[in-house]
Amino acid sequence: MTDTARLPEPRPADRWALFGIALALVALWIVGLLLIVFLVVAVSLLVIWIGLPLLLAFLACLRWFARLHRRLAGRVLGITVLDPYLPDPAGGLFARLRVRLTDRGSWRDLAWLLEVQTIGFALQLAALIAFPFLPVGWWGSPLLLRLDAGISRLLLAPQDEQLQQRIEALESSRQDTVDHSAAELRRIERDLHDGAQAQLVALGMNLGLAQELVTRDPVAAAELIAEARQSSSTALSELRSLVRGIHPPVLADRGLSGAVQALALAHPRPVEADIRLDGRPPAPVESAVYFAVAELLTNSAKHAAAQQTWVWIRHDAGMLTAMVGDDGVGGAQLTAEGGLAGVQRRLAAFDGTLSVASPLGGGTIVTIKVPCVLRVSTAA
Amino acid sequence: MRVVLAEDLALLRDGIVRILTAHDMQVVEAVDNGPSLLKAITEHRPDIAVVDVRLPPTFTDEGLRAALSARERLPGLPVLVVSQYVEQLYARELLSQGTGGVGYLLKDRISDVAQFIDAVHRVAGGGTAMDPEVIGQLLSRHRDHSPIASLTPREHEVLAHMAEGRSNAAIAAAMFITEKAVGKHTNAIFGKLGLEQSEDDNRRVLAVLAYLRSA
Repeated sequence: MTDTARLPEPRPADRWALFGIALALVALWIVGLLLIVFLVVAVSLLVIWIGLPLLLAFLACLRWFARLHRRLAGRVLGITVLDPYLPDPAGGLFARLRVRLTDRGSWRDLAWLLEVQTIGFALQLAALIAFPFLPVGWWGSPLLLRLDAGISRLLLAPQDEQLQQRIEALESSRQDTVDHSAAELRRIERDLHDGAQAQLVALGMNLGLAQELVTRDPVAAAELIAEARQSSSTALSELRSLVRGIHPPVLADRGLSGAVQALALAHPRPVEADIRLDGRPPAPVESAVYFAVAELLTNSAKHAAAQQTWVWIRHDAGMLTAMVGDDGVGGAQLTAEGGLAGVQRRLAAFDGTLSVASPLGGGTIVTIKVPCVLRVSTAA
Repeated sequence: MRVVLAEDLALLRDGIVRILTAHDMQVVEAVDNGPSLLKAITEHRPDIAVVDVRLPPTFTDEGLRAALSARERLPGLPVLVVSQYVEQLYARELLSQGTGGVGYLLKDRISDVAQFIDAVHRVAGGGTAMDPEVIGQLLSRHRDHSPIASLTPREHEVLAHMAEGRSNAAIAAAMFITEKAVGKHTNAIFGKLGLEQSEDDNRRVLAVLAYLRSA
């Protein structure tokens, strides 16, 4: 079963809805104006450092505003207008700001903001005023609104180039995934070869010797058999840890919430697990998030020297969010070669993201977000 | 002693039946799935049920769930759960009813036949048998500031054996010391942990497990 979330193609709005949209668009002009003021303030404060975070905040607000208009334009035109943005990168404020500033989507948003506050606003206002006057309003207003929505779409929808960038991002995350699974298979092969397989060979040899000795020297035979049992026990324990690394049985049994609770219980320090999920994510997402949480908990136990560790997992509006936090020494960083980046790369295969808040001495909170749909579990 | 066995892999099922029969136990029914297990238990009312965690039809923790609901229906029914894996979560669920008559062991332990048979007898008699791996994990959570850190290595070892569910006599045999010495260690442990001593082996084990799980 595949769990692709497909949005239904929206229908064009009827005349009453169009009137409502025109009203909303005109009212939103104020918000647009505030955004322009915000931009001017942020840019003029760039000479002192405070301008940088302000600019980032402005870009976030602009994206929100543009998304709102994408939805409205989509309603007017009866289509879905997609987001054109690049995914946020690993790393801190600067890395994010750099990508957002070099993202063509941001600059086109800005151009659109100037357009919608002037030409767009004129069209919207004309449409709204004309509405009550038949027949001008009956025919003219929807036409004007469609014109406005068309211009917005031209500036807000992704261009081919942006789709190209998205393809590149997907290609790179796919390459990471393929590399990762190839490396995993190699590791499993090696572990089996040097571990359980070797143990079983030793076991067979011991049993063979014991068989030869059993009549001549029963005491030595008994010793060999005891050794053989030891080999089988070691082989089993190696297989157990190998299987845990591939797909932990408790994850199959109890899903993400049970498995994370089991992780919390097996953790060397007390872990508070607060997990509320109304179903199970698709199996690959479930497994990826489980291993991510497991690695984050291990990191916390190894480096954080924390008294309290906690895990919080929820699913809301198509987004699975998992947070792992502690009150330890902090200072965890997302470096290109670090373990956190590895977790991030594996989540990227699912369009998942990972962010870190870890001030020195102030504890660590790692947040994982993966878009997915929960399916209600049928198994009791 | 009458036993109901639930294990879906024929190879292992036959092996366990052979071991149990060789030690004067009667396997009244051996089933290979969760629903049949519940039926067999209510029908035969065995002295003990030996249950594999993973069973058909779901191939998840069907066996464990069946064992738990059987114990709800027949309180005090001795259940020994065996599995390829031990999970702290499942140990906690088995122990949560607070009564004895519960065992949770790795399947590997069956190869030590004497120990396994001892565990079956202990659980059937209302005692406890917890896998050393469960206890090891529980103990490893108590570090630094826990009173457990103040135990001597010897006391630590006695505590681990005790938490697995062994009697003083068994601990003495396993550690090559006298029962009296075990008694002395036990007193010291209960003193350091601030637990009330009990003559009853099983109550003592449950107290220790509750203490370890409280971390």
